[in-house]
Amino acid sequence: MFASIWPAPLDDLTLRTVAFGLAALGAIAGVVGTFAVVRRQSLQGDAISHAALPGVALAFIFGGRSSVVLILGAAIAGWIAMTLVGGIVKRSRVPFDAALAGALAVFFGFGLVLMSFLQKLAGRPATNALEQWIQPAAKEATRHGLDRYLFGQAAFLRTDDLIVILGFGLAVLIVLMLFWKEFKLVSFDRDYAASLGYPTRFLDILLTTAIVIAVVIGLQSVGVVLMSALLVAPASAARQWVNKLGAVAILAAIFGAVAGFGGILLSYEVQGKGPPIPAGPTVVLCATALALGSILLAPLFQRSTSEPEALATTDATIVANASGSDRNP
Amino acid sequence: MNYQLETVLVLAAVAAACAVPGVFLLLRRMALAADAISHVLLLGIVVAYFAVGDLSSPWLFLGATASGVLTVSAVELLQRSRLIASDAAIGLVFPAMFALGTLFASMYLRNTHLDVDRVLLGSAELSTLDRFTLFGTDIAPRSLVVMAGMFFVNAVLLGLLYKELKLSTIDAGLAATLGFAPAALHYGLMTVVSFTCVAAFDAVGPVVVVALLVVPAATAYLLTDRLSAMIALSIFLGVAGASLGTLLALALDTNIAGTVATMQGGIFGLVYLVAPKRGMIAFALRRWLQRRRFFETTLAIHLFQHEGTTAEVEESRYDGLHRHLHWLPADVATVVKRSERHGLVEQHGELLKLTHAGRERAKQVLG
Repeated sequence: MFASIWPAPLDDLTLRTVAFGLAALGAIAGVVGTFAVVRRQSLQGDAISHAALPGVALAFIFGGRSSVVLILGAAIAGWIAMTLVGGIVKRSRVPFDAALAGALAVFFGFGLVLMSFLQKLAGRPATNALEQWIQPAAKEATRHGLDRYLFGQAAFLRTDDLIVILGFGLAVLIVLMLFWKEFKLVSFDRDYAASLGYPTRFLDILLTTAIVIAVVIGLQSVGVVLMSALLVAPASAARQWVNKLGAVAILAAIFGAVAGFGGILLSYEVQGKGPPIPAGPTVVLCATALALGSILLAPLFQRSTSEPEALATTDATIVANASGSDRNP
Repeated sequence: MNYQLETVLVLAAVAAACAVPGVFLLLRRMALAADAISHVLLLGIVVAYFAVGDLSSPWLFLGATASGVLTVSAVELLQRSRLIASDAAIGLVFPAMFALGTLFASMYLRNTHLDVDRVLLGSAELSTLDRFTLFGTDIAPRSLVVMAGMFFVNAVLLGLLYKELKLSTIDAGLAATLGFAPAALHYGLMTVVSFTCVAAFDAVGPVVVVALLVVPAATAYLLTDRLSAMIALSIFLGVAGASLGTLLALALDTNIAGTVATMQGGIFGLVYLVAPKRGMIAFALRRWLQRRRFFETTLAIHLFQHEGTTAEVEESRYDGLHRHLHWLPADVATVVKRSERHGLVEQHGELLKLTHAGRERAKQVLG
């Protein structure tokens, strides 16, 4: 009777936990992603999540399946990659995008090397003490490691995993709240912030760290490629409706939560009676749908409240475009 | 040919084919577009597989290439709406298409040979199993033939369009004014990148291919200022890194594609440190030499200013210099010794005198 207030799949307690966990994850990613998007560093999330792989491999060796170790390992690897990118861009003429793409691919490649090493080790008898010590972790990594990291397996999240994830997420949110004004200033006018005496380098590092943590806490549940979308899509969607940073962050949190919650339901719906479907893709598709919907719909709402002149220019542009396209069909 | 040699050749061919478009991706600030394209190919392959139901069909090749070009167009469409910045547009489009790809693959392709893990990680280890035969004779691994062909096509296109590519990369405005059709070149390049990624997909997967596209070009960029030299160098570095990486992977029994990517990163790191003009060591050395020269010049200027004046006896005394220059006595000793060795000053008893060269140095600075 009580369960009837939930959509049918959510009668299941595990699924309900996962759905609320992903909604919270989406909300955190939405808030943090707002900064990534306004700083024009949307693809940082993509780079961080790929670069985290070597950290994930090492975490398996040192911490087994512990979520805390996994998150810390991934965060450290992602953070090192971002620091290297910053150094390369500052001290050489290699542009930011190339440094980011290069670091992403090289770190991911190195992660593959470590993973393949673990896999090989799992498949043969250990020859010395060190190998003997690593072997249980290697077996664990082989069984759950790469798949889980690449695509995420929200369905296998346990309550204590979720508590860790949300604990880290909450810490990130608190840091964002505490330094809100500083982050805002440093994101929009770095030079002005520096001239006022704010430690811009420290703030950059802190914000990068916040983004790194927000990315890596999602890896287990939505996977490496898709976590970056959860950072970008809700913030991009929110940006279409409102202009103030605080409002964008709040709306992005709501969109992120909706995408997380909706994605789980959708994955259950798509799955039907077939084999389990990873929730990552459906969460991302929900988030993207929200973003595309916002990009298409928000201008319509804004037009109805704008001044007549603005409306006239828009119409003129449309007419001009239409006649232009008539000439070259 | 044995297995080792063939695997090295396959990876070297992949690196060579990637290096050519990679240089232009780097210079045109499109490195992340390559990342997006390589991820989206999965969707193209899956959709094409639905359509034809055959994994070795050339339609898969075309479908994947088309999906790459489509992604770039979608990104540009979003960007042109001015509602969203270019990086956010990329970050929005490619994960969505990748999500569709994985969703389709995990829903409908469970029982086929299209293994998502394999598609994502590549399988250089297996690349020599699929053979290319001509009139019934075994010639070489199929991927070696495909990648060598890809390199050949890229090289020919580069030869034909070198002038156009160079101008539109370095001065897009001028290229457009001269009627070089920048849009056609841009989409042409994106098509080439997609095609190369698809061809390289089997061997190295979508992530490591980005390392082969971007990293050798970035390394070459640290070494030269000439476009032609940069292309040649990045082919050389790419092939060298791929060959060394493959040999290392075979020796250590690790993932080949991953080891090759790591090796490319290692080469970049090495060049970043030791490059003759732009390396960190050269930079530090230059700073150090400048510092030394600055001290010598300061001493020369001080002596020059007081040369022939009544204060010279006081100002240019060796044991008084540390007070006048506000240096530590030990520093004065080192700088004077070095300046003497370089023939800028001479000691006359207690007094330091400029030589002709020392005077020239001071005059040069003072104008």
